[in-house]
Amino acid sequence: MKITGAEILIESLKREGVKHIFGYPGGVVLNIFDLLYDNKDIQLILTRHEQGAVHAADGYARSTGKPGVVLVTSGPGATNTITGIATASMDSIPLIVFSGQVPTMLIGNDAFQEADIVGISRPCTKYNFLVKDIKDLSNIVREAFYIATSGRPGPVLIDLPKDVTASKAEFIWQETVKIRSYNPTYEGNKWMIIQAAHLIAKSKRAVIIAGGGVIISGGYRELRELAEFIDIPVTMTLMGLGSLPGTHELSLGMPGMHGTYYANKAIQEADLLIAIGMRFDDRVTGKLDAFAPHAKIIHIDIDPTSIRKNVRVDIPIVGDVKRVLTALNKVLKEDIKEQWDEVRKAWLRQIDTWKKERPMTYTYSDEVIKPQFVVEKIYDLTKGNAIITTEVGQNQMWAAQFYKFDRPRTLLTSGGLGTMGYGFPAAIGAQIAHPDKLVIDIAGDGSIQMNIQELATAVINKLPVKVAILNNHYLGMVRQWQELFFHERYSYSHLEVVPDFVKVAEAYGAAGLKATRPSEVEPVLKEGFKIKKTVFMDFIVDWKEKVYPMVPANAPIDHMLFEEQKEKSEKKLKALK
Amino acid sequence: MRHTISLLVENKFGVLSRIAGLFSGRGYNIESLSVGETIDPQISTMTIVTSGDDQIIEQITKQLNKLIDVIKVIDMTEFDHVEREMVLIKVAPKQEDKAEVLRLTEIFRGRVVDSSKTTYTVEVTGDEKKIQAFIELLKPAGIKEFVRTGKIAIVREGIKKS
Repeated sequence: MKITGAEILIESLKREGVKHIFGYPGGVVLNIFDLLYDNKDIQLILTRHEQGAVHAADGYARSTGKPGVVLVTSGPGATNTITGIATASMDSIPLIVFSGQVPTMLIGNDAFQEADIVGISRPCTKYNFLVKDIKDLSNIVREAFYIATSGRPGPVLIDLPKDVTASKAEFIWQETVKIRSYNPTYEGNKWMIIQAAHLIAKSKRAVIIAGGGVIISGGYRELRELAEFIDIPVTMTLMGLGSLPGTHELSLGMPGMHGTYYANKAIQEADLLIAIGMRFDDRVTGKLDAFAPHAKIIHIDIDPTSIRKNVRVDIPIVGDVKRVLTALNKVLKEDIKEQWDEVRKAWLRQIDTWKKERPMTYTYSDEVIKPQFVVEKIYDLTKGNAIITTEVGQNQMWAAQFYKFDRPRTLLTSGGLGTMGYGFPAAIGAQIAHPDKLVIDIAGDGSIQMNIQELATAVINKLPVKVAILNNHYLGMVRQWQELFFHERYSYSHLEVVPDFVKVAEAYGAAGLKATRPSEVEPVLKEGFKIKKTVFMDFIVDWKEKVYPMVPANAPIDHMLFEEQKEKSEKKLKALK
Repeated sequence: MRHTISLLVENKFGVLSRIAGLFSGRGYNIESLSVGETIDPQISTMTIVTSGDDQIIEQITKQLNKLIDVIKVIDMTEFDHVEREMVLIKVAPKQEDKAEVLRLTEIFRGRVVDSSKTTYTVEVTGDEKKIQAFIELLKPAGIKEFVRTGKIAIVREGIKKS
């Protein structure tokens, strides 16, 4: 029996196990939306902007590990998805984005709401398709899910011309997908793994840097096994936070620009770095020539292009983190000799000294709310048992520094692209996937305004998403850079007019709470968490507060600026210039 | 250093722009590019001449391999290989230079493929050095324009450079 392209699409999605789609309707996708009107298996969550839809699907994907699905119309509907797609692409998040397209015969004619979205999205998707023939449709959907979720995951876009979804064909479903030109490497090279084990066994001052790949591959148990078995301290990149519990004694927190002193010190003094599922982003390495000068480097990653892109590598291992670590742990257990234990203890003692020397801290005030205090309180009250999303800027860094992520997939944040406006829609997506969990967006007053329209989505879907706004009336991170590096010339970083977030929330039918004094922080959080509605919590924080420690851009990562020695740091800064 | 990279790719629309986009997006340089079908019409071959240090070339080949539509990447520079390029040159020699142009064409085993009252169009095939030498020698005679195909290359059978 022949069915329409729209029906083929919905049937294909059902077979791929899709339960939720995030989207926004428009002219050329009405065939598809019509089928969703009374569909029992698939629920469409209508956002208020296509960018919100993509971030929501992204939050859904990050919190579950399943691909997020988006459906939008042609032209502006499609172009509005780009920021979301690029965000997912940088952080290796599996998404399938369906965009409507004008009928095949009109493509290239500058038709109404036409955009060459396949051309526009090419550099920020893992792959994209234009469906030209309805006969290819089900197979393309199948390939798209396969490509998005396998190897190093990423977003895939499928452009659907209106006539393709309207015409009819037989439904064909292939059980397996094989693409001859696409064969990701999952198993690490055995010889390299043995070499790596030898290096680890010989090392005296080893450090693990765990990245997002540990979480994506589900290799966190294996990571923990490796770390605990031979007591190797673990620092986690922003994308890797939660791969080892933040409360674990071997955890060094985050490295890099706003990382901990002891993580950066450990990297700089290490004789061996074991980089797992991470890509040596410039925010992690600082000045490349001065990065980990004494260390040999073992680099495990599923994407060969990540290896030797930025830093020299002694032992490259291309493969899936979980499988490589399983194999590596096995070899190590057979290999390790005992006397080596003592050497390790000396290294851990050294790290302990650094931890005591400069713990991750801030100066509490009982006059004005310190933003770090809000994050700390959120951690205390949730005991780490929440899904945290962040926006981008100071709010993101304070969340990463002061919330101890104890479980993987509990921090959803735009690491690579650094997208303001990500956190709130991502929290909506995460809440759809986890209706019973506490989902909190740690936001700034600048970022939250970038997708504030999604309040409607949260309220209508009765999502109890909490938004903690660290409100300083500034684009705080921009202001911080201007203070430190641009002679306190605050060029266009002062927001001056910030809406009354309590009223905004209430106008949408959500709840709004506000705290202006430190003593109000805990009561506001407690009440906010109790209300079974979408809640905005507006915390008026110290606008002068900066994110410390800080490594100035392109400085070695152990050249850090600290809060308590502001004057000294400024001199240091001048010397560095 | 210059490298000649040969690719086998799926013969689908958009593949060329994926590859060109990779080079421009990551700031790599394309000196020449040629595309053609292979014996299997579903597969095309591309020959790209690019340059960069070892690390850049490693990244280029890895990034190309990562593209979904790329089936195989061969850095020809690692292999003993034959490479050829063709050039069509339109020269407008003075009366007294005409014989010299024809003589040079013969020496370079080229052919005159078109002539008019004032011009010859000459076809020459060879490796890059030969093409370059031919162009240099013809310059004094007055080159009006020339068109090069870009390099194509094929691995010699059974020999790998150490």
